[in-house]
Amino acid sequence: MRKNTLKYVSTTNACKLCKPLGAALAFRGIAKTVPFLHGSQGCATYMRRYIISHFNEPIDIASSALGEKSAVYGGAANLRLGLKNVTEKYRPELIGLATTCLTETIGDDVPMILREYYLAAEKEGAVLPAVVHVSTPSYAGTHMEGFHAAVRAVVEQIAGAGGKNDTINLLPGFVSPADLRHLRAILADFNLAATILPDYSETLDGQAMLDYPRIPEGGTPLSAIRGMGQARATLELGRTLPDHSAGVYLNQAFGVPCQRLGLPIGIRETDLFFAALEKLSDRPAPARLAAVRGRLIDALVDGHKYVFGKKAVIYGEEDLVVGLTAFLAEIGIFPVLCASGGKSGRLAQAIATVLNGLPVTPPEVREDADFLEIAERVAELDPDLLVGHSKGYAIAKKQNIPLIRVGFPIHDRLGGQRILHLGYEGAQALFDLIVNILIAGKQDRSPVGYSYM
Amino acid sequence: MQTALLRERQFQIHRKGAAPFAMECNKDSLAGAVSQRACVFCGSRVVLYPIADALHLVHGPIGCAVYTWDIRGALSSGPELHRLSFSTDLKEMDVIFGGEQKLYQALSELIDRHQPKAAFVYSTCIVGIIGDDLEAVCNRVAMEKNIPVLPVQSEGFKGNKREGYEAACKAMARLVGTGDTSAISPVSINILGDFNLAGEIWLIRSYFEQMGVEVVANITGDGRVDDIRRAHGAALNVVQCSGSTMDLARIMERQYGIPSIRVSYFGVEDMAESLYAVARFFKNDEIMTRTKTLVRDELNALLPQLERYRQALTGKKAAIYVGGAFKAFSLVKAFRLLGMDVVMVGSQTGTKEDYEELAAITDEGTIIVDDSNPLELSSFLREKEVDLFVGGVKERPIAYKLGVAFCDHNHERKEMLAGFAGMLNFAKEVYGSVLSPIWRFVPRLEKRS
Repeated sequence: MRKNTLKYVSTTNACKLCKPLGAALAFRGIAKTVPFLHGSQGCATYMRRYIISHFNEPIDIASSALGEKSAVYGGAANLRLGLKNVTEKYRPELIGLATTCLTETIGDDVPMILREYYLAAEKEGAVLPAVVHVSTPSYAGTHMEGFHAAVRAVVEQIAGAGGKNDTINLLPGFVSPADLRHLRAILADFNLAATILPDYSETLDGQAMLDYPRIPEGGTPLSAIRGMGQARATLELGRTLPDHSAGVYLNQAFGVPCQRLGLPIGIRETDLFFAALEKLSDRPAPARLAAVRGRLIDALVDGHKYVFGKKAVIYGEEDLVVGLTAFLAEIGIFPVLCASGGKSGRLAQAIATVLNGLPVTPPEVREDADFLEIAERVAELDPDLLVGHSKGYAIAKKQNIPLIRVGFPIHDRLGGQRILHLGYEGAQALFDLIVNILIAGKQDRSPVGYSYM
Repeated sequence: MQTALLRERQFQIHRKGAAPFAMECNKDSLAGAVSQRACVFCGSRVVLYPIADALHLVHGPIGCAVYTWDIRGALSSGPELHRLSFSTDLKEMDVIFGGEQKLYQALSELIDRHQPKAAFVYSTCIVGIIGDDLEAVCNRVAMEKNIPVLPVQSEGFKGNKREGYEAACKAMARLVGTGDTSAISPVSINILGDFNLAGEIWLIRSYFEQMGVEVVANITGDGRVDDIRRAHGAALNVVQCSGSTMDLARIMERQYGIPSIRVSYFGVEDMAESLYAVARFFKNDEIMTRTKTLVRDELNALLPQLERYRQALTGKKAAIYVGGAFKAFSLVKAFRLLGMDVVMVGSQTGTKEDYEELAAITDEGTIIVDDSNPLELSSFLREKEVDLFVGGVKERPIAYKLGVAFCDHNHERKEMLAGFAGMLNFAKEVYGSVLSPIWRFVPRLEKRS
């Protein structure tokens, strides 16, 4: 397994996004919340455009819209004005405030600004929405660090102590709205009351409306987040998560036991997830779910010949890469390169763990990779398919191999928000997709034009 | 939705006929208002982006580069260096100790790898704060690599998109005047402010060539560094999207005495008038005759084809929200040609004169808005019962969420909308969205029927 070596000083076609974007996405998954970036107007607008192109949903991200004066004298006045205007226009229950590289570098003391803001409001007798703030300078970490930092900030600043309740906390990480809906259905099947944080399954995949919603319906309710310190357990998904995660905080602050699992992608990782749910619910997996697993195994048998021995390059967010690698190896595809723009330092170990016991050669693992590096490795490794988000398309096109679109962003196809990755159903969907793309490729290349598989 | 309007914004919205025209604009975006605008960097990046044989290096943390990777539908007939995203990807240590060394190394490495004709180095917010001397690093690399290396002072917080346009123009102005102009015809122009979305500049160039007018430099659609270097040899600057490249035209007028005219290639009237304006400038009967023939032939081919779309679209209501107001003028006229009523029109960066012009050419009751936001725009769409919204990617989900048809007229589009052929495409685009059978199922119309 090769360690990453930094070949270039410059970054070409980054395989990561910036930190505040992750925070904004996480905040969008909390009910009645407006994400707010303290920085230049451009940050919020660029991120909105980037997110919209994937979800095809409105996402209003407010900005303190700092100008030159604020950059010199500090952004406090703009931040206060922005909070006031968002409160007036959107009437949120919570404002999710993330900083940017600009405001981190000019040294705005956001907690202090907020304290003064509340004190002033108190004197006037105004009732203000709560503000959760998170420090997300884009020069320190990727969008995933921003996402996890925002989730942690939310529980740190909202969850409280109290008597135990019968819920569990599920911290799924950055998965698709379809995944979130699927997780909720699974929990319901297990009869588990759970708080999923964040939950943008409706806010970023909503219905056609008569009126433009100031804040879209859905999201984790604030009341549920307050109770997260009283839950009986936390399940935290992701094998490369930082030590200071939301789950760890809930454990340290309130003694809520925290169990970390990989994203339930493929059979073995989903089995582990289901085993955890069985234990928490004290019951075996419901028959419906067992049947889904059974059908999946049946499908793997039906399709195994079409995928066996194919080589895949997998890239994207680290935890997604780990899960996909596990799944691909399970079905007989050889992962030859696992790459991410993230830099947790844990990717290689996580991949080794999920491949344990499977008959595959350990793949090359690269953290802190950009698409130039990935392209160079792809040219040499000569894979049969790429698995990742839509930004790998140029490489797939050049190499004339299929791209299996998963994760975020999907900017060149409709329905990125509806891609299901998780659970046996997610594995089923991915398996059908991969098998059929490979069959279609063979069919298209064949002069015969076989009309049976 | 009456709550959508913030007090500070009330003078940036005008209802024609409700009161004498008075509008505020050209202001900083209001904090917390969720403006559709981006930043200075965005302005610079969109203008320079289509220069296809230049290296575009974004000096800053990763976000600014990654959000502008392959972002425009600006086509190139040759090199495609502009479609790659280069960044110095500044990290915490760079912020503390300064990013000049990293910039120097990144620039040198990238120039060696890609052999560009020039390099643009974009400053981002943070670079403005930590005080890297971009100019010095660029000069050093320019000397060592023997190509122009141009700093673009595009720190995001230093204003809005307009300041970004200006910074881009300043950077290009340093290229202009460094190339050989000896072979250039006296009947020659530069095309400014067309970005070759979906290949539009090729169509526009073909019109000028049919007229007998030489095009020296495309600025910047399908742009080339060497063309820009000799752009001062042209007799006239023909400026579209005037907000973005008018600064360059002004600089060139001052330095080289090259006059400029403002044009638009959208819609039949503006397209024809643009060609006539160029023909008039050269005071050459042959050119004028060829221009008349060209316009007549194009219109004879186009107008009968437009008729079926006009019949289907007559009486439908349109709303416009675009970046620059000049495009809005053309769109108002284009909708009129299709028989549609414009009930709302706005822009991110219009000037007072722009809005006066919009007030002059629109019907009574039309809402005119500057630097708007999702809550305002959606309330206008509802209030005016709009059938079609034209805007960019950020406006699209606002329209779609409310079940309103949409036409993308921004820089990501893949449809050619300029020129006479573009007018037909525009009609097809609008028709294809407005006449879709799916609208009967959306709440807005399901309720009504």
